[in-house]
Amino acid sequence: MSEAATPLGRFWADFKDSPVAVVALVVVVAIVVLAIGAPWISPQNPYDLGGLSLLDARRPPGHIGTGGYVHWLGTDAQGRDLLSAILYGLLISVQIGFMAGCVALAVGASLGVIAAYAGGLIETLIMRIVDLQLSFPAILLALVLVALLGQGKAQLVTALVAAQYAYFARTAYGAATTERRKDYIEAATATPLSRTRVIFRHLLPNCMPPLIVVATVQIANSISLEATLSFLGLGLPVTEPSLGMLISNGFVYMMSGRYWISVYPGIALIVLIVAINLVGDQIRDQLNPRLRR
Amino acid sequence: MSTAFLTLDGISKRFDPRLTLGDRIAARFGATVEDRPVRAVTEVSLTINPGETLGLVGESGCGKSTLGRIVAGILPPTAGTVTIDGEPVLHNGRKVTTRVQTVFQDPFASLDPRMRIGDTVAEGPIAHGLVTKANAADYVRGWLQRVGLEPDFADRYPHQFSGGQRQRVAIARALAMQPDLLVCDEPVASLDVSIQAQIINLFLELRRDLGITCLFISHDLGVVRHVSDRVAIMYLGRIVEVGSTEQIYRDPKHPYTRALLDSVPRLVLEDDALVEFNAITGEIPSPLAPPPGCTFHPRCPLAVDACRRDVPALMADGTDRLVACHVRAMERNAAATTALEEGR
Repeated sequence: MSEAATPLGRFWADFKDSPVAVVALVVVVAIVVLAIGAPWISPQNPYDLGGLSLLDARRPPGHIGTGGYVHWLGTDAQGRDLLSAILYGLLISVQIGFMAGCVALAVGASLGVIAAYAGGLIETLIMRIVDLQLSFPAILLALVLVALLGQGKAQLVTALVAAQYAYFARTAYGAATTERRKDYIEAATATPLSRTRVIFRHLLPNCMPPLIVVATVQIANSISLEATLSFLGLGLPVTEPSLGMLISNGFVYMMSGRYWISVYPGIALIVLIVAINLVGDQIRDQLNPRLRR
Repeated sequence: MSTAFLTLDGISKRFDPRLTLGDRIAARFGATVEDRPVRAVTEVSLTINPGETLGLVGESGCGKSTLGRIVAGILPPTAGTVTIDGEPVLHNGRKVTTRVQTVFQDPFASLDPRMRIGDTVAEGPIAHGLVTKANAADYVRGWLQRVGLEPDFADRYPHQFSGGQRQRVAIARALAMQPDLLVCDEPVASLDVSIQAQIINLFLELRRDLGITCLFISHDLGVVRHVSDRVAIMYLGRIVEVGSTEQIYRDPKHPYTRALLDSVPRLVLEDDALVEFNAITGEIPSPLAPPPGCTFHPRCPLAVDACRRDVPALMADGTDRLVACHVRAMERNAAATTALEEGR
């Protein structure tokens, strides 16, 4: 049977028709591969303070440092090779964004689908909390939580999940309220199958299309949220510089003409976020039944 | 007469409108808010004998689908009980038995679009231990073949099938649970006429081979006549007449049944002239405000005073025949009196 027989196969066939989205996807994949490969491909380990030399501090792009290799993107105030720092920073951003996005998807989607299926008191309880949370900015909640929980990857992911699950819950709830009225849910209930099975095997998978769209956007959002928190000095410890912290470190040198310390990490961040959003847009267009041919 | 297999006892279903907080506040300040309950089904008692197919007929909105869902255990009734061999279908508002299975009207909605049809058919039997996971594939292939599909279709998704094929899948799913009673809720209403015939034939064949008891819900009198052993006529939430298919179609006793049969457009081929068919006058009343007395009286040509006052009971009228009509009851009494007098 042809590949196009599965929903995923059909999806990919449509996806290939948009050159922008394909390029964006290639960029995302490339960035992820580069980030994961950072320990092997980057010229320097920016976390190894012993390998840094202050003689190389704040050198412009193209400078050949004491290590004998070219700093293609220059160096920062500690003499870190920026290309290496950006690759390691991307790894952290991608890790945290992906983890926060996935956990928030799992938590939020489950809550939303359960609220829609259960109805009554449970529905009211879950959805009012979600509404309450959506009524003020995610960054505010994340800031408070990070301040309370302290620094570290796990704490950061927890804060991001807590700030973002509500979007997933809202979307899942919206999709599930229409899906649950359909006959196939009734058929599953009438078999009878257990509530858990109906919710997680039938209702949830059919709510996935809008959730995948939200997930791509939210992964991009968690990456930028993490960068924001790190920029403010609240995200990760100084020993693990993420993109936000690199931007923040270079910020003070902007006016003295040493633009590269902030600008290159900034460009990396923007390219990643824009590429994820472009992929997300294409997925949304494809999953939106009104836009389908 | 064999013992009843499925018993509906005094089934009523009321849908109470769920007022939102805003509505309640508005009502407090004197706004008119629709808070009347919809009486979808009222005091229905029916039996289905083992191996029999009971056709349930009525206009759209008469409550036949609601009744079907109650029998299938999808909706809990407001009052009354459904038992199959004395065993309740619902327990604490949840369906407990697997002996009743359902085939839904719209095969485009009743199959999970994200599940391969093999998994759809296998899911219930695996969950209820009718087949082990290891044997499920063969089990599913067997049922697909049984309903006239290629066994290899198990790996496909519902969107790859036509309406008729999907309905076959839905039938396979229901039968794979090895039910004793099949509730068919307008199973052919959304199919093309040519496909309808195929599905009806499949259905007749399966019923003959498997000896399944069936509640067949339809608004199509032709289809019901073809498949049913007995027919129940429903009007505005109540059963108005029950009898064997032969009796109902040859000699309808209730004025509504008569009107319903008269209103079927027929293809007249002999003299090449289309006969005007007699539509029932008037609209079906709103179940929000059913008329008092016999609910059919506003549209009934025979209505008398009693019809506007009292709800007629479903009474025996000959062998295995029940009719709920005051006029018919009076005719019967008069006939009985005459017979008595003549005999004297």
